[in-house]
Amino acid sequence: MSAEGSREALLQGNEAVVEGAVAVGCSFYAGYPITPSTEVAEGLAARLPATGGTFLQMEDEIASIAACLGASLAGAKAMTATSGPGFSLMQELVGYAAIAEIPFVLVNVMRYGPSTGLPTSPSQGDVMQARWGTHGDHPIIVLTASSVREAFDMTVKSFNLAEKYRSPVILLLDEVVGHMREKVKLPAPEAVERLERIHPSTPPEWYAPYEETNTGVPPMAAFGDGYRFHVTGLVHDRMGFPTQKKSEIVQGTNRLYRKIERGFREICMTDGVGLEDARTVVVAYGSVARSAQQAVEEMRDQGKPVGLLRLRTLWPFPRAAFERILDGVDDILVCELNRGQVYREVLRVSRGRCEVHKHTRTDGEMITPAEIVRALRERI
Amino acid sequence: MDVPNREIIGRYLRHAKRFPHIWCPGCGNGIVLGCLLRAIDALGWNKDDVVLVSGIGCSSRAPVYVDFNTLHTAHGRALAFATGIQMVRPKLHVVVIMGDGDAVGIGGNHFIHACRRNIDMTAVVINNFIYGMTGGQQSPTTPQGALSSTSVYGTLDQPFDIAGLAASAGATFSARSTTYHVKELEKLLKAAFRHKGFSVVEAIAACPTTYGRRNRQGGAVDMMKWQKKVAVSAKRAAGMTPEELHGRIVTGVLVDRDAPEYTEEYDRIRRAAAEGKRVAFRSQPGDVTSTRAKEY
Repeated sequence: MSAEGSREALLQGNEAVVEGAVAVGCSFYAGYPITPSTEVAEGLAARLPATGGTFLQMEDEIASIAACLGASLAGAKAMTATSGPGFSLMQELVGYAAIAEIPFVLVNVMRYGPSTGLPTSPSQGDVMQARWGTHGDHPIIVLTASSVREAFDMTVKSFNLAEKYRSPVILLLDEVVGHMREKVKLPAPEAVERLERIHPSTPPEWYAPYEETNTGVPPMAAFGDGYRFHVTGLVHDRMGFPTQKKSEIVQGTNRLYRKIERGFREICMTDGVGLEDARTVVVAYGSVARSAQQAVEEMRDQGKPVGLLRLRTLWPFPRAAFERILDGVDDILVCELNRGQVYREVLRVSRGRCEVHKHTRTDGEMITPAEIVRALRERI
Repeated sequence: MDVPNREIIGRYLRHAKRFPHIWCPGCGNGIVLGCLLRAIDALGWNKDDVVLVSGIGCSSRAPVYVDFNTLHTAHGRALAFATGIQMVRPKLHVVVIMGDGDAVGIGGNHFIHACRRNIDMTAVVINNFIYGMTGGQQSPTTPQGALSSTSVYGTLDQPFDIAGLAASAGATFSARSTTYHVKELEKLLKAAFRHKGFSVVEAIAACPTTYGRRNRQGGAVDMMKWQKKVAVSAKRAAGMTPEELHGRIVTGVLVDRDAPEYTEEYDRIRRAAAEGKRVAFRSQPGDVTSTRAKEY
């Protein structure tokens, strides 16, 4: 324990998620065991009851996400964690959380799929499922992490964005980040940002749980606070009651998108290496970004104009970060553990302004720095 | 002394906002909702403290009409949502209203697990033997041989006995009545609400539109008369043979027993965890044999 209250620990990514959740004030976890995410449940099974919170092992993943949404409606910061098969089961209620605007965090430690796949080799195959896994048009926030420390930070960020935007937030880790151990310095509890949802300031009789606001985010009361509001997965009016009026349908759906779009600058997080002078940029996220960073640094040491754009947010897709670099680069190389899910997004946002290539791997192994160096040498 | 029914119901409806309701003429859902409101009124619960949770189906539209904290969830998941609410705010009165398909079809797993946890909430299952909202498909309680739009040659599957399933899965209160027996249904709901632990009340209801018509059960009144005819009290049923009970609906309290309530037990876990201790339980890790079958 250092003077500032920060502390050092040897942790795996999943354990850092536990630390992050506790630090940001998560008081409810419901989950179902599945490798490679189980350490999140095990950690919180020990930690939450001791701090007055609740850990529940539910009968399946659907019950887990449902219990989280109920807990959030009762005022708690709630979270679940899972992996591919469980993530598939949870999809319907991800959409429920989106339309009913219930903040909660879903950690998906990605494993190789589809189906039971390769338990439990790493993969980044759930990028598109995180975006479009539930039916219907809806906005979603999806973050990712490349290191154990970042798993902590992004868990905190996930809760804060969920509360601020009244939205489900998905944290996509890959098995490598979930299970690898690193020495990390965790911040002092008081140094951790803790955002809370906005509670209504109006008297109950004036409360409209889905009203238009400047930010697009309506204040949220908790069940039992005297507001007696209605929550439904049906398209609803500003009072939360079902509607089939075209004007109210359009207004409600537009507001869902608008509240997230207004937050793009804050939500879309990226960072990079050598982007100021790079002619070739590697795009990577999660554990692959670690390999990519080493490859890029090696190439730069050899005087090559190579850079790394690391995506910390996957959805909404951080388009602005690409706009900033697209006019100065010749090539983009997307590296990922799937057959090109982010690659196609990069193709979409680059609109032919530069060459876009991919280096992917789908054999259950991670991408090494040497592979990326080789892939880069083929081009420069 | 007696307050008119209209006045009691009127206290709880979301006036002028949500009407007309979606239920067909002759539907039993309104009768059950009326019993539920009178039971809540009799207990004097504060509206702010009541959470009415539902899933998907005709009966699950009930919450929108009444002035409580109301939550209309996804198909089958009401009990899992309710579990989260009750764990975070154990002082709230959480009542879950479901249909037969919702509770023991798509939500069957949640139903039996809610029974075994014994969280202090009440599941009201309106059993009309059919998926009504989608137009009359066979449900997990459709009697064998009955017709539906997806069992046009007769239903092959054996139906669930909902109140019996609840009892054997560990619910500490399980009861059944029908929409004909409104006074009994209201009484049972009151008892269930008062009960500490997980309680289930199954309400047999008529769906003249999608079940009665196809199965030549007559109109709504005829279906109510049928409920009157086949109902037999649990007390009388105890002395009847399986042959005599064939085709009858056993009504009344099936199970009412005391057992540690989950949210209170969880508080014991929290207190022990805060001190870094283990919690003492009545049973031991070696006690794997269930004795519940004998109790039931």
